[in-house]
Amino acid sequence: MMTNNKKIMSKLFYHVLISIFGFAMVYPVLWMISGSLKNNTEILNGSLSLIPPNFRWENFVTGWSGFGKITFATFFKNSFFITVVATIGTVISSACISYSFARLRYRGRKLLFTLMIMTLLLPGQILLIPQFIIYHRLGLVPSMIPLILPHFLGQAFFIFQMMQFMAGIPRELDEAAFVDGCSRYGIFRNIVFPLLKPVIVTTIIIQFYWKWDDFQGPLVYLSKPQSYTVSIALKLFADASSRTDYGAMFAMSTLSLLPVFLIFLFFNKYLTEGISTSGLKG
Amino acid sequence: MKKLKSSVYKFLHKEYTVGYIFAAPFIIGFLGFTIVPIITSFYYSFTDFNLIKQEQVIGIDNYTRLFQDSRFINSVKVTLEYVLTSVPLKLSFALFIAVILTRRTRMQSFYRSLFYVPSLIGGSIAVALVWKELFSRNGLINHMITGLGFEKISWFGNQDFAMTPLILMSAWQFGSSMIIFAAGLKQIPLTYYEAAKIDGANRLKSFIKITIPCLSPVILYNLVMQTIAAFMSFTQAFVITRGGPNDRTNFYALYVYNHAFKYYDMGYASAMSWIMLVVMSLITFIIFKTSKYWVFSEADSN
Repeated sequence: MMTNNKKIMSKLFYHVLISIFGFAMVYPVLWMISGSLKNNTEILNGSLSLIPPNFRWENFVTGWSGFGKITFATFFKNSFFITVVATIGTVISSACISYSFARLRYRGRKLLFTLMIMTLLLPGQILLIPQFIIYHRLGLVPSMIPLILPHFLGQAFFIFQMMQFMAGIPRELDEAAFVDGCSRYGIFRNIVFPLLKPVIVTTIIIQFYWKWDDFQGPLVYLSKPQSYTVSIALKLFADASSRTDYGAMFAMSTLSLLPVFLIFLFFNKYLTEGISTSGLKG
Repeated sequence: MKKLKSSVYKFLHKEYTVGYIFAAPFIIGFLGFTIVPIITSFYYSFTDFNLIKQEQVIGIDNYTRLFQDSRFINSVKVTLEYVLTSVPLKLSFALFIAVILTRRTRMQSFYRSLFYVPSLIGGSIAVALVWKELFSRNGLINHMITGLGFEKISWFGNQDFAMTPLILMSAWQFGSSMIIFAAGLKQIPLTYYEAAKIDGANRLKSFIKITIPCLSPVILYNLVMQTIAAFMSFTQAFVITRGGPNDRTNFYALYVYNHAFKYYDMGYASAMSWIMLVVMSLITFIIFKTSKYWVFSEADSN
């Protein structure tokens, strides 16, 4: 009886402690969401309360109106366009490349694979200036092309992830199809690619997150406000020469995180699997 | 004609042709957007290129200038300080939570998701803006500090404190490292712990003698990834502290960015990128080379 009680107590203690700690961890996020319904004085009065004293929905209206004549509709449209096109590019190109590396035998394959692993460890920051100079020389600055084009040329992280997944698809499937007269192109299209579905879902989610959150890329390559993404537009709130409207800033911040949360809610399982099999920066 | 057609068909279906066709995007990308940029930037690092006028070769001036540039040396120092404090803090935090969450409960996956939230959105500019407000002069953190009876801290005005919010923000985003640790912990056979328990080892001892060695490959992986990411920190410093006060948080990536896109000093920025490339390769190399002394693998344990 004693030990039973003790067990329950220790269990309770564990859950309470973890919950408190977890709450503290997400508190800044909740504070931002509640801040989207407060005005400046209510945000800055130091109250820990997460419930806004007056629900100021008008923050969303003022925030959405944006800067100059450009509303957040434009910024969201730009972000979605860049993210969706780049993600499609990543999936198609990375699947093709991983098929080549994992399934086909030819001279030079090992070398190409080694080079791919090297680019995996090469931080993007190092290439920022060199790549900018090339895009500048090609006359592609300012434009969205530098933000999209590289995604159609494969992303090492996802190529590697897809190769690992492909190792689990029995080679006999390819061979049987080959014997039946299916070409190697057909094998990719009809057998390997459809079977990659789980890893493609993970790729879509992770690539979507990275691209959606990307700040430095748009900062460097976009210069016209009409082509700004949401992340650049949010920064404009903080840069405003007059006093920052925190309520509006938090309202748009909350809105910018909405797609991220929705995807997390629906695809949580895929995401955690994706991270634990190959790792995710951040 | 028919013969030609069939030989083209044959060529297109040879294994190596197919291989190269499918690898073509990588080959183009690697040459066009990795190798060519790196080589051209090597050339530009010996010039005074500024995007506008025709560049002039100025020899190693950019490199000698780097070592006399006290702001550059300072940026190396503060970046190192940031890496050496934020990475161990983040990883120990991640490991600690991962170990605590190994206890199998119905809530396990919920807790894991909860702790993952900061990592999920951490890269977003929205979070950086929130962080900036939390630590501002009249922000929530200062209200809590004064509530406890201490003086307000000027987080972004005082050189002694400016780095702290950035380090805390990085440690706060321990979620993805935690999930990788959790996957590693799952691989450790429970029999090891049971045997240790029979031998009279307490929890701390079995953590040091079993968990750490068995987890060492995962620790290495996280260490490499997080170290590289920390060296490249840009957004936080750019948005939250703008490198200040007095260059206290002027991280390497931020300094390079400012030279390139504020002063259009592309030649100098190229030289800095090259130094960064060499240093990062060296650090990754060192971590891998020393790993054999502290990464435990089943193969060499007998």
